[in-house]
Amino acid sequence: MDAFKLKVVTPERVFFEDDVEMVEFNTTEGEIGIYKNHVPTTVIIKPGVLNIYMADSEKTVKKAALHEGFVEILGDRVTILAEVIEWPDEIDEERAEKSKERAEKRLSEKETGTDVDRATASLLRAMARINVIR
Amino acid sequence: MASMRDIKRRRQSVESTQQITKAMKLVSTVKLQRAKQRAEQSQFYFKCIYETVNSILSKSGTINHPYLKENGSDKKAVIMITGNRGLAGGYNSSIVKLVAFNEAFTKDNTKIYAIGKKGRDTMDRLGYEIAKDYCDVIEEPTYDDARKICNDLLTAFESGEIGEIYLAYTFFKNTVVHEPTLLKVLPVNLDETSPSLEITEKHDVYAPMNFEPEDEEALNMIIPKYVTSLVFGALVESVASENGARMQAMDSATNNASDMIDRLSLLYNRARQSSITQELTEIIAGADAIS
Repeated sequence: MDAFKLKVVTPERVFFEDDVEMVEFNTTEGEIGIYKNHVPTTVIIKPGVLNIYMADSEKTVKKAALHEGFVEILGDRVTILAEVIEWPDEIDEERAEKSKERAEKRLSEKETGTDVDRATASLLRAMARINVIR
Repeated sequence: MASMRDIKRRRQSVESTQQITKAMKLVSTVKLQRAKQRAEQSQFYFKCIYETVNSILSKSGTINHPYLKENGSDKKAVIMITGNRGLAGGYNSSIVKLVAFNEAFTKDNTKIYAIGKKGRDTMDRLGYEIAKDYCDVIEEPTYDDARKICNDLLTAFESGEIGEIYLAYTFFKNTVVHEPTLLKVLPVNLDETSPSLEITEKHDVYAPMNFEPEDEEALNMIIPKYVTSLVFGALVESVASENGARMQAMDSATNNASDMIDRLSLLYNRARQSSITQELTEIIAGADAIS
């Protein structure tokens, strides 16, 4: 399988840079997976799990929680411009659980004045974190 | 000639000032290293974002998007990034000069979004309107801070409260060269680019890019990110520049103090010698008188 270059950058650091075989993540249009020679596209990220299928001999899969940003896909390289992204070991599971419960509660109660967009976003973020750990 | 005691006292006071400036220089050197590293690490992100925005706009020149055209308001917002503290040479005053001496910014049409106490106080004294004040941000700027500032600005822009957004910051070229820079942020104008981005290598001719979602929606989401990254970049560069400027200022202050101490030591020794000579003359004169 052909490999391509994946670069994940955040405003603070270069998060990941290596040759990979495939990469999967969640976008505003749904979940997508990308192989080499994809049509040039720019997509916007929705909170979800980022799966990186490495091009090494052991075919390792790396996971990360990707929350916000956008992706520039070109034939031979993919650049993920992430505003927020975390490796599994950077995630506090307890906190993620709690914020998931909180967001679910807020959404189900439907009190007036609840910021639905914000609650949904925080629920999605918490779900992404939990999914990465499991 | 000043008395020996006066000279000695003066020399001691210069010595203790020198100790302070030396310590400040060391502190800002360490801070500069850190800030420089941060600025370098974040550079890549801005280049990418800039290139992406550039490619979207160059291919969709006809798009009629609120962020790309004037909204009729003649108010100008200036984000002014200065330090919270002085003793950094011309760092703070050159940013103030950049805005206050610019004829485009009059007291009536300009709103200052101040980051940094020094700039805020000076502009306030000059009679400009301070719309918002984010002075605590400059100590340890994070991307979240930049996002908050941008949200405020974009809301004001969308409501027509302000018509143009400028960014006044200090571009960190290298450790010794820092350039005060004024950058137009909104409406987006890509001809006028940040000097931090000029070095960008040109992409091999763009393959036609697709967007999901459609161009206009994508712009809606990407432009706030673009503005945020500009502000964040300006913040980290300014912090690096501030520490660089302070390091230089304190270095020359330490050197000047050394010069002063040398001069005062010379004066002191001369005064000491002349007082001994005088004493001797008096003693000899006294002895002569007796014999």
